[in-house]
Amino acid sequence: MQCPKCHAMMHTYNRSGVQIEQCSGCRGIFLDYGELEALTRMEGQYGQVPPPPAPPAYPAGQAPAWGAPQHHGHGHHGHGHQRGFGRMLFSS
Amino acid sequence: MDRFAAELAALAVPAAAAGPRERPGVPRQHILLADRPDGTVVRNGGVVVKAHARDSDHAALSVRIRIAAAGPLDGILLAPLAVTAPEGALTTLLRGRPVSAWPHGQPVDPERPEAAPWEDAARLLARLHRVPAAVLPGPVPPMRGPAKVARALSRMAAAGPHPQAAVVLAAAARLPAWARGEAPAPQSAVLCHGDLHLGQLVRHPAPDGPWLLIDVDDLGLGSPAWDLARPAAWYAGGVLGPEVWERFLAAYRRAGGPAAGPEGADPWPELDVAARALTVQTAALALAKAHAEDRGLDDVEQLMVQSCARIGTLPPDLDRGTAS
Repeated sequence: MQCPKCHAMMHTYNRSGVQIEQCSGCRGIFLDYGELEALTRMEGQYGQVPPPPAPPAYPAGQAPAWGAPQHHGHGHHGHGHQRGFGRMLFSS
Repeated sequence: MDRFAAELAALAVPAAAAGPRERPGVPRQHILLADRPDGTVVRNGGVVVKAHARDSDHAALSVRIRIAAAGPLDGILLAPLAVTAPEGALTTLLRGRPVSAWPHGQPVDPERPEAAPWEDAARLLARLHRVPAAVLPGPVPPMRGPAKVARALSRMAAAGPHPQAAVVLAAAARLPAWARGEAPAPQSAVLCHGDLHLGQLVRHPAPDGPWLLIDVDDLGLGSPAWDLARPAAWYAGGVLGPEVWERFLAAYRRAGGPAAGPEGADPWPELDVAARALTVQTAALALAKAHAEDRGLDDVEQLMVQSCARIGTLPPDLDRGTAS
């Protein structure tokens, strides 16, 4: 199976009876229907840790495999940025 | 203003006479808008005259300018003015350089790139990409995007050694040969602008007419992803915020643009090669310019070099067989 985000191969792991696909490239994890609930149930048996947010059907903020890390929440239009930002956006 | 620019400005007079909204008369103050080997641009009243690159392919350029004048591009590309006389030719020569004339339009305010018309740009590209090539004056030349990657890499090499040049070259090596202009591009019947950035949009009639695309020097048939690739490269490098990128992409898709897959799908399988190519081009030109101006890279130029570093070190299984 190929990763829908970066097209690298996905590897299947079995954790406590739950099948998990992990991408060999971007390390993204994909769960089939019901698997998140199974994991959440098991986690609940360990303690009071809140369950993780549900993974989106598609990796959020689609970006290429070589995209800048921590893409979200950048101060893109900060003042220090402005001059070079403007110059780059307007030139061949 | 030097003599060449003054001679160029003088050519605005017959063009102004030819233009529907201009009358012949005493030329007003000339303004030199750009003076580079690939384009000297002078504004004279309501007319902008451009001397194109000396080494441009004159026949191909002439077709590109006739395409801009063609009916199917009305409302997409700014239409040229006759440059020699009313009803005259669309191009002439000035000291060996092809010259064209255009009505003046209101550009995007360079002080306010955040207020740029991203959705308009996207819609214009979507419309451009849907113009059937068969209705155009021809032969339609290839889009010059890959040739510009090659030229940027040559400029970087000619500027002399730079400590970060190896990073850019490593990323360039991960491009397919065609994207570096070293092999013919895949066959395409899609008309592309070839050099989209925020300086390529004007409102005509100024100051508040509809937005149009300008600068047809790189126009031609090719991969429409190329026209999305500069914003895509800016977004991927962290220069452009995800909200602006998503506005641009959504507007392009909603207008029926063919380059980035359907709404909701991951656009990157379609955009990846072209976005890498524009990342390489931008970083190579940044190194060449920084070298020529004897300065360091500014922060957004650094971001593009950092993108090159990530491209150059991608695991081979993420490369989708694009290298050559």
